[in-house]
Amino acid sequence: MAQHDSTYKPGSRLEHWMDERLPIMRMMHGQFVDFPTPRNLNYLWTFGGILSFCLAVQIVTGIVLAMHYIPTADMAFDSVERIRRDVNYGWLIRNVHAVGASMFFFAVYIHIARGLYYGSYKAPREVLWILGVLLFLLMMATGFLGYTLPWGQMSFWGVTVITNLFSSLDAIVPGLGTKIVTWLWGGFSVSSVTLNRFFSLHYLLPFVIAGVVVLHIWALHVVGQNNPTGLDIKTKADSVPMAPYAVMKDLFGLGVFVLLFAWFVFFAPDYLGHADNYVPANPLVTPPHIVPEWYFLPFYAILRAIPSKLGGVVAMFSAIVVLVFIPWLDTSRVRSARYRPLYKWFLWFFFFSVLALGYLGGKPAEGVYVAWAQFFTAYYFAFFLLIMPIVGVMETPSAMPRSIAESVLGGSGQPAGATSAPEKR
Amino acid sequence: MKEEADLAAQTEDATRRDFLVVAASAFAAVGGAATLWPLIQQMNPDASTQAMASTEIDVAPIKEGQAITVMWRGKPVFIRHRTKTEIDAAKSVDPSSLPDSSARNGALPESAPASDANRTKAGKEQWLVMVGICTHLGCIPKGQGLSDVKGDYNGWFCVCHGSHYDTAGRIRRGPAPRNLDVPAYSFLSDTMIKIG
Ligand code: HEM
Ligand code: FES
Repeated sequence: MAQHDSTYKPGSRLEHWMDERLPIMRMMHGQFVDFPTPRNLNYLWTFGGILSFCLAVQIVTGIVLAMHYIPTADMAFDSVERIRRDVNYGWLIRNVHAVGASMFFFAVYIHIARGLYYGSYKAPREVLWILGVLLFLLMMATGFLGYTLPWGQMSFWGVTVITNLFSSLDAIVPGLGTKIVTWLWGGFSVSSVTLNRFFSLHYLLPFVIAGVVVLHIWALHVVGQNNPTGLDIKTKADSVPMAPYAVMKDLFGLGVFVLLFAWFVFFAPDYLGHADNYVPANPLVTPPHIVPEWYFLPFYAILRAIPSKLGGVVAMFSAIVVLVFIPWLDTSRVRSARYRPLYKWFLWFFFFSVLALGYLGGKPAEGVYVAWAQFFTAYYFAFFLLIMPIVGVMETPSAMPRSIAESVLGGSGQPAGATSAPEKR
Repeated sequence: MKEEADLAAQTEDATRRDFLVVAASAFAAVGGAATLWPLIQQMNPDASTQAMASTEIDVAPIKEGQAITVMWRGKPVFIRHRTKTEIDAAKSVDPSSLPDSSARNGALPESAPASDANRTKAGKEQWLVMVGICTHLGCIPKGQGLSDVKGDYNGWFCVCHGSHYDTAGRIRRGPAPRNLDVPAYSFLSDTMIKIG
């Protein structure tokens, strides 16, 4: 796809001059203007663009916040309060950044679910998918580091609990885990030193993400976009040029997303956060109920579902790493779940399980909550390790259209009941 | 062509070139590792953190049944003045039946059994001194305050993920893998304790 002929025509003499030296306009035109896009993309395909928007928003607001924020244990909490109360428009910038992190994760979860439903991880998109998983991990690291910065009670105890996960390695090599934790903290407890380095890394990672996004989109443009039928683009009739068709759809989707974003920013900026984070960090008092940000809850539930310390940590990380392998775990040759009558139901129940784990992760780890968390954790892994390979072999796919064009236009691929000739492209 | 190749074979001493390549790569690898080391090592606790002085505490004001929390190396340390019942309860368990059978006493070897005697000082059994950090994921267990929940074994209870510690600070039930750590400490006088 990347090799399709760019229709770029340099207009002015300056453009000619540039085109012979650095053909960047030609590349942009080829990749983002006349790039062939499947004609049947639905709104779930607008989330890639939305994610790019989110990254840009976080970087811009983050750089501004860093101009006022002070990364020391004594000053961090107060400096954030100053941003909210005293700095001109600080309240707006801070709210956008905090709500923005949630919106970013909301979008990435939809983006991943889209990929799972339409089989976007299957050949030839394996590398594209794995880069996506890497982006997801980097986002999680960035979100976690960022949440420590306000230095409230949840920040402090969240860091304490999560960094202590590494001490579980003591069960394999005695002393190793503790060494790693001390190294991460730069001391014998979470302290100002820890906060300072976390700030440094929180500033760094989004730029790493931006770099990986470039690779992600590069990989996408080599193999081309998937689409709701999961069929490849075979003829010209299957695709439309990216501009204006996909671009306009993306912009409309983005507009709706921004409305939701703005609603949170202006009417419920703290709804997605936790009240305890407006209590300054206190190393002597653990809040009665430590919960991470909502977007980590499913994984936190998996951590707590396993009654052993090392086992819980291994399960939590495996829950993400297993995604890397699904291009090979899924044995079906049909991409889109739309044509997989049996698998479809297992997949919907998987989506339900992740939501259920999210709910359970926010509940205290006792009694019936633990039992349910164990049940859904078991299904989470069984889905990837058993259902994907087995159902793919067993199931008979339902009838599929012959081409993308046929799925949109019906019959022979001509507009149904059209009186005039279809538009020529 | 043929002559050129012959010429190259004659003038190039293959083994000598190989040696240079290997030597130069090895040199570069060692240099790279040596450069990386300071970048990794700088993250470990710095000199001022390492040097953090030991702490001295007068425990005379702590009445029987009460507990206080002091800070040492940035960590909370629990000091509990135990009652007779608490001491007896702690003594009555067989250390080998515990989830963690090691004393976890900084002054004793790893292999010392987790008996009550090994977690306190002889003749000072009423004083229990330990780092008040849950060995699961680092929360501060409840049980210091008089009205706190103390868990099923009347010692401490970590609400984070439900770890129960007994009256000698040993893990009895829950996800925590180890007993609460007893730091190395000494009695300077009858009621003065020096930790660290
Ligand atoms: C910073 C986060 C991310 C950004 C900015 C981003 C951006 C994009 C963009 C712009 C597209 C093209 C538009 C579209 O098809 O929606 C795309 C496609 C894709 N992304 Fe991402 N992405 C991110 C994270 C992820 C993650 C976490 C995954 C999966 C684990 C993932 C998997 C995919 C796949 C499989 C495609 C191809 C979709 C298809 O054509 O069916 N991405 N991404
Ligand atoms: S931190 Fe105490 S039980 Fe998890």
